Amino acid sequence: MIFEFLEPAFMQRALLAALVIGLCAPLVGIFLVQRRLSLMGDGLGHIALTGVALGFLLQTNPVATAVIVASIGAIVVELIRAYGKTSGDVALAILFYGGIAGGVLLIGLSSKKSNVNLLSYLFGSLTTVSKFDIALIVALSVIIFFATLLLKKSLFALCHDSEFAQVSGIPVKLLSMVLAVMTAVTVTIAMRVVGLLLVSALMIIPVATAQQISKSFSGTRALSAAIGAFGAVSGVITSFYFDLAPGALIVVIVIFFFIASIGFSAYTRRRSLKLQVR
Amino acid sequence: MQVKEALQVTNLSVHYPGRIALDNVTLGINSSSVVAILGSNGSGKSTFVKACLGLAPIHSGTVSIFGTQFSQFKDHDQLGYVPQRIHDSMGIPATVSEVVQSGRLSHGWLRRFTQEDKEKISHAIEVVRLKDLENDSINTLSGGQYQRTLIARALASEPDLLFLDEPTAGVDLATQNVFAEALKHLVEAGTTVILVSHELGPLRPLVNRVIMFREGGIVFDGSPDAEAVDSHIFHDHPHSSSKPVLGWQV
Repeated sequence: MIFEFLEPAFMQRALLAALVIGLCAPLVGIFLVQRRLSLMGDGLGHIALTGVALGFLLQTNPVATAVIVASIGAIVVELIRAYGKTSGDVALAILFYGGIAGGVLLIGLSSKKSNVNLLSYLFGSLTTVSKFDIALIVALSVIIFFATLLLKKSLFALCHDSEFAQVSGIPVKLLSMVLAVMTAVTVTIAMRVVGLLLVSALMIIPVATAQQISKSFSGTRALSAAIGAFGAVSGVITSFYFDLAPGALIVVIVIFFFIASIGFSAYTRRRSLKLQVR
Repeated sequence: MQVKEALQVTNLSVHYPGRIALDNVTLGINSSSVVAILGSNGSGKSTFVKACLGLAPIHSGTVSIFGTQFSQFKDHDQLGYVPQRIHDSMGIPATVSEVVQSGRLSHGWLRRFTQEDKEKISHAIEVVRLKDLENDSINTLSGGQYQRTLIARALASEPDLLFLDEPTAGVDLATQNVFAEALKHLVEAGTTVILVSHELGPLRPLVNRVIMFREGGIVFDGSPDAEAVDSHIFHDHPHSSSKPVLGWQV
């Protein structure tokens, strides 16, 4: 049967999660790329590891604790960027190391010391998306989708020219904080399918691909969401048939799209140059 | 009749680590005037504009816009700002129209654009003569065309007080002329314009007051026709040893 992959309940949940995550991750990622904060998702992914470990320790749902801990981490990093004397990249480095260290320490203290369990959070897994996870993932994805839609113009203004945005009366610090929290939430809801170590790729690579082809911000936004959704869903389906980690497959697929887009961009550029010469 | 002051700056100082960028500056600018702020690199002219707009940390002193202290100022749609050309190699494509749209956000950053907003955006693009390129990516524009886009963005908000920080620096003469024409429209509509520049160029006929900065302070405040203005333009470049033209206050 062609749609054999749709039969198991875990696959239905994984596919739904992949679809909404693939759609939403680039919608947030586009602002990170524009603001030159492409590695922010990685930093927050490491902080989310502490949240996952806290979930193990408290014997509660790790996705929920990861959302809370990563959001707090996002607010802290924005406060450091806005008011501290530490530059953005140093603040992110502190997140990287602090997040991993906190995660490893808390896992050591918890009774669930299973490496297999932890690996599913780091690299994604099809079978581990629970009913509670999928409800949380869909609910938060819907919020992120509409938030990016509502704030699209303001976030564009902020990321393109923050000084102009400030003079225009846009609450620059508040919006930066909202963007950081949206990044944290996206990272944590995506970790069940893509994995914490690879989730940032789903936020950035579809955007990098779309910007090779599109010439407008709206076009880049729409195309990157489509690439993200297609990459995530096709990665999960392929993972089902070959019994591979879905996160790695999703990333390989979107990288393939990126390489193809570079070729396409070079071809259209050369063609337009030829037409100009004629 | 008392002329309303668009900008009043009192004892304004801006300190950066290791240097004083602006030192105890006091001045008032009347509504509907066009004021050029001249000075060499590091003279404090750009810092002055940034401090007036809340973009530079004020060490001491006050800034009032249309009679309201800047900290209490909420009517952002009255303000326009064209920054020094921002380094734009972000890579994310955006069209001229999308960038100019940002200018209307000062009228409300969460609301949907109305037909009036769309008309103002379209008009601003027309004024800077970029209508043919409105759907082109800013990544493909020349320096002058990109600068015109930033000017259109400021024009789209229809400000009552417009700050321009070296809007014509490094752009071609055609762009300078287009800019002078756009500025003329604004001046006729009664907009107060504060223009930071190294030199006046084609904008000279529009300017009715010149303020010259040197080492964070005002060294000249008077007519654009004064001899001191020309001596600044032709001799007071960054490495010049010429003395400040003290005593020319008008």
